[in-house]
Amino acid sequence: MENKIDIQNIKGEFDIFKNHPTLCYMDSGATSLKPRCVLDKMNEYYNMYGVNIHRGVYELSFKASNEFDIARSKVAKFINAKENEVVFTKNVSEALNEICLMLVDDLKEDDIVLTTELEHHSSVLPWIHASKKKNFKVDYIELDENNRITFDNFKKALKENTKVLAITLVSNVLGYVTDIKPIIEECKKRGIITIVDGAQAVQHFKIDVKEIDMDFFAFSGHKMFGPTGVGVMYGKEKYLKQLDPVYYGGDMMDTASKEEILLKDTPHRYEVGTPAIAEVIGLGEAIDFIERIGFINIQKKENELRDYLFNEIKKVDGLTIYNLGTDSPILCFNINYCHPHDAITMYDEDEICLRAGHHCAELLSKHLKVNGTLRASLSIYNTKDDIDRFVKKTKYIVDFFKDFF
Amino acid sequence: MNSDIERLYREVMKDHYTNPRNKGLMGYKESSHKFNPSCGDDITIEANIENGVLKNVCHSGQGCLICCSSASVMCEVLEGKTIEEASELIRVFFEMLMGSLSDADLTKYEDALEEAFVYQGVSKYPARIKCAALPWKALEEVVLNHK
Repeated sequence: MENKIDIQNIKGEFDIFKNHPTLCYMDSGATSLKPRCVLDKMNEYYNMYGVNIHRGVYELSFKASNEFDIARSKVAKFINAKENEVVFTKNVSEALNEICLMLVDDLKEDDIVLTTELEHHSSVLPWIHASKKKNFKVDYIELDENNRITFDNFKKALKENTKVLAITLVSNVLGYVTDIKPIIEECKKRGIITIVDGAQAVQHFKIDVKEIDMDFFAFSGHKMFGPTGVGVMYGKEKYLKQLDPVYYGGDMMDTASKEEILLKDTPHRYEVGTPAIAEVIGLGEAIDFIERIGFINIQKKENELRDYLFNEIKKVDGLTIYNLGTDSPILCFNINYCHPHDAITMYDEDEICLRAGHHCAELLSKHLKVNGTLRASLSIYNTKDDIDRFVKKTKYIVDFFKDFF
Repeated sequence: MNSDIERLYREVMKDHYTNPRNKGLMGYKESSHKFNPSCGDDITIEANIENGVLKNVCHSGQGCLICCSSASVMCEVLEGKTIEEASELIRVFFEMLMGSLSDADLTKYEDALEEAFVYQGVSKYPARIKCAALPWKALEEVVLNHK
C-alpha cells in the first residue's frame, strides 16, 4: 500500500476544492466528496484496460477481471467477510431491496418484520410495500425520549412470530449509533434474520461483520469517498449459497436451457450483466484511501469537529436541535420560524451546502412532528473554519427571519 | 450584506407571508391541490369562475416563504382576470421563473404581473423555481379543467 495520508492536509486530496476554493461542504451524509486517487483509478481502468470482465480470454480482459476481483477482495477484508459473501449492487438501496425480495417468500401471514422509525426509506419501504401484498406485519421498536433505539425497547417489541429485523446501524438524520451487538445476539437466539443498514457507518468506523454477526449488511460506495453507482450487499455464505436471485440474465448462470437454469455460485449469481466495473475498482481504491488515513485518525478528527460544531451552535439562540449528544459528525436542527428550504437558499448564498427536508426518513419527521429539518453532516475534509462560517451564517439567518415576525 | 435573495424576501415575500391575502378555502367548486414531496410544500387553490372571469381565487396550505407568498401574490394579481388573461399571465410567470422571457416581454408584462414581477429574482435560484411555481401550477390546472 502507498504511503500514509496526513489527515490534517486532507483537503489537498480533493480536487473539487481547487475548483471551489471557498466551498463549505456540509452534506457528506448525502454523498462524500471524491479524492483524486479514486478518480485516477477509474480513469486508469478506462484508459489502460477498459474492457469487459469475466468474458474475454485476452490479456486486457484478464487484467480488468483481475482488478475487479482485487476490489472484491479489498471490500471483503474491509468488513471482514469472505469474498463470496460480497455482492456488488448499484447502491445500498438496491442491496436492501434485493435482500427483502429474496427473503419475503418465506414470510407467512401474521409474521412480523421488526424495524424502527429511524430507518432510511431504503431500509423500511421495501418491507412496508411487501407487507401489503403478503399480509405480514411491520412493527416498530419504540424510540426512547432522545429518539434512540435501545435494547430494552427492542426486547419489548419482540414477539413470538418476529421473523426479520431490519435496522440502521447509524441514523442518517440524527447520527446515533445503534448498540447493535446485544440486539443481534438476541435475534440469533430466536432465529430472527437480521439485516443491518450500514450506509452511514462504513465511512466513520471499522465494521467487522463476523464480530457483529448480522446475517445481511449493506452500504454504498459513494458515501465512503468512492464513486456513485456501486454498493455492497453482504450476506452470510449460508444464505447466499441458497437464495434465489432477484435478477436473471448474462454472466450469472453456468448453463441455461428451456427447461432449466443452473446458477453460478455466490457472489456471481447475484451480479447480472456487465457490472459497474470502473466504479467497483474505484471503490477498492476508496478503501485503500481510508486505510491510508486510518480509522483511528478519521474518528479523532470527526469527533473533534462534532464537538466543536455542537459547542458553537449551542450558543446560537432561536434554534431547535434534535440530536444533542449524537455519536456522529451530524447536526440535525431547525431555525425557529424559518422553513428549512428558505434557510438552505440563504446558506447557499455563502457556498455553505446543507441538506433540508425529510432526508429520505419521513417516518422520523412524522415521529418528531416536523415538516422537515436541516442537516449539517461533516467529514474528514471539513475544518473549524467551515464550522465558524456556518455558525456565523446561522446567526445571521436567525436574525433575518426574526425580523419577519 | 444584501444579496438578491434577501431583497426578494424583503420586498414582497415578507408582506405576503406574514399578511397573506385570500388565505383560507371558501368552498368554491373548482379546485386543485399540489404537493412537492421533496420539501413538503403543499398548496390548495380554489376558484370561483363566473362568465369566464376568475371572480374569486383563494389558497390554503403550508410550505416555504417563497411558495406561500407566491400563492398570496397570485390570488391578488389574477383575481378579476378573464380565463384568457389569467392563462397568459400564468404562462408568462413560468417563463419568467425559467429565465426564458425576453427583455422585451419582461418590459411588456411588468405592469400586468404587478407584484408577481418580483419573483423574476427566483430565476437565479434554480432549486427554488418549483417553490414559486407550485400555486400557479395549481391554478393553471383549475383553468385548464374549466375549459
